[in-house]
Amino acid sequence: MTGLQGSQTRHGYNFAYLDEHTKRMIRRSILKAVAIPGYQVPFASREMPLPFGWGTGGIQVTASILGPDDVLKVIDQGSDDTTNAVSIRAFFAKTTNVRTTEKTADATVIQTRHRIPETPLQPGQILVYQVPIPEPLRWLEPREAETRKMHALEEYGTMHVQLYEDIAKYGRISTSYDYPVIVNGRYLMRPSPIPKFDNPKMDNNPALQLFGAGREKRIYAVPPYTDVKSLDFDDHPFEIQQWDEDCALCGAADTFLDEIVTDDKGGRMYVCSDSDYCGERIAAPSAAQ
Amino acid sequence: MTRREQGPLLRVSSLTKNYSAIAGCRDVSLDIWPGEVLGIVGESGSGKTTLLNCISARLEPTMGSVEFMTRTDGMVDLYKMSEASRRFLMRTDWGFVHQSPRDGLRMGVSAGGNIGERLMAVGDRHYGDIRSAASDWLEKVEFDLGRIDHMPTTFSGGMQQRLQIARNLVNGPRLVFMDEPTGGLDVSVQARLLDLLRALVSELKLSVVIVTHDLAVARLLAHRLMVMRGGEVVEAGLTDQVLDDPQHPYTQLLVSSVLQP
Repeated sequence: MTGLQGSQTRHGYNFAYLDEHTKRMIRRSILKAVAIPGYQVPFASREMPLPFGWGTGGIQVTASILGPDDVLKVIDQGSDDTTNAVSIRAFFAKTTNVRTTEKTADATVIQTRHRIPETPLQPGQILVYQVPIPEPLRWLEPREAETRKMHALEEYGTMHVQLYEDIAKYGRISTSYDYPVIVNGRYLMRPSPIPKFDNPKMDNNPALQLFGAGREKRIYAVPPYTDVKSLDFDDHPFEIQQWDEDCALCGAADTFLDEIVTDDKGGRMYVCSDSDYCGERIAAPSAAQ
Repeated sequence: MTRREQGPLLRVSSLTKNYSAIAGCRDVSLDIWPGEVLGIVGESGSGKTTLLNCISARLEPTMGSVEFMTRTDGMVDLYKMSEASRRFLMRTDWGFVHQSPRDGLRMGVSAGGNIGERLMAVGDRHYGDIRSAASDWLEKVEFDLGRIDHMPTTFSGGMQQRLQIARNLVNGPRLVFMDEPTGGLDVSVQARLLDLLRALVSELKLSVVIVTHDLAVARLLAHRLMVMRGGEVVEAGLTDQVLDDPQHPYTQLLVSSVLQP
């Protein structure tokens, strides 16, 4: 990927902000994570010039895999133009001079917060997730030593207690984001707070999916074409969200919709959360249909 | 098969647990047979809980062995089997009732979820089945079914303890360890709980090891009694025999210390 980029440093910073030794350390963790799909690999997370919780894990992963020829796209809740996305994109544009894009199809590396793009990913693309809490068993078991043991011994039965509680309370599985999955038939994984609408997209995806948790110092991965199965009950199978309306801008009926309040009289509209996908459909309506 | 052919369910041989220089318990041997309730009594600090933890695979002894009659492989030394199979044993064939229900329950999970957890832990994936098993067990421990979705924090101490018992018995364990199950409950609630325990034990033909400092509890539940003091077993025998005709001076003291109302 990147060699020493001393000549390209800007304002005295190394290529992609992190020094080469740090990037190599993170790449080694990534390799291990890819080798054991869904397993959380500890890594020595660095301080970044923004607070933990703002995507420091994802940024460190992106910084480590980015090369001069890569094309970077950054999304936040599906959108290219929200604060988090804009500032991270600007950060990498400044520190690497790589080309950035808003088009999913053109990007080689996509850093995302809380969405998977609607446009299907292609082989060779890398999706980098920002993860706040990597441990799926944490709500049930506060002890780290115990959760590691549960992963090692594949003791995941109790994870269903969370889903049981949902059904007992609401009559259906109401967990709607960060929905737990089993990766490659072995490790239980938290897919970061993506809506469960996106869970089926993780299954057998041709792109490499990397997850970075900066504060919790963990990296994990779903290699291309890996089985990702959402947990469920036999009599309450996994379901994704559905809307009564189509996107008010592009008319798409099969995308994840955001509710937007338009005035203070109760007016609202539903539009695609993936701004690039929606924009493409509006620009070329015939091609989209 | 008769009991004799089956052999004991749990066999403890010369078990010793040292905490650095201090002995937690010393050279204890015992057998627990299918369907038998063994009481362990003694004062605070006599090594009862250390012994219970050692024989329930929660604390590795310094010397001696603990063997369990598994369903498939016969007698197996608990501390020589893999951790995975030991933990599997603990959530299938065994139960553990803690003195404080807070240690044995998930306080953030509803009553039904607490009972269902052990079923889900062994692979039950049908919500309806789990739910009906949970209701059955709540009924067995005399719960109002309307409270199946309530949090344990909203229950009284006696209800929490009954919930803990249901949670432990739901997937049919063969051996249940109890650490002062009636401690901290008032007398009338204690009586009700003991009544319930006695009925369940005889109905399910459970083997139970019960640790208590309350001789009345031991008298009601235990078939056999072991009296401990300073980490050693000073007297053992049938419950009525030990309590009515104590031989060891310490046992005599213990029996005579019980307040007669």
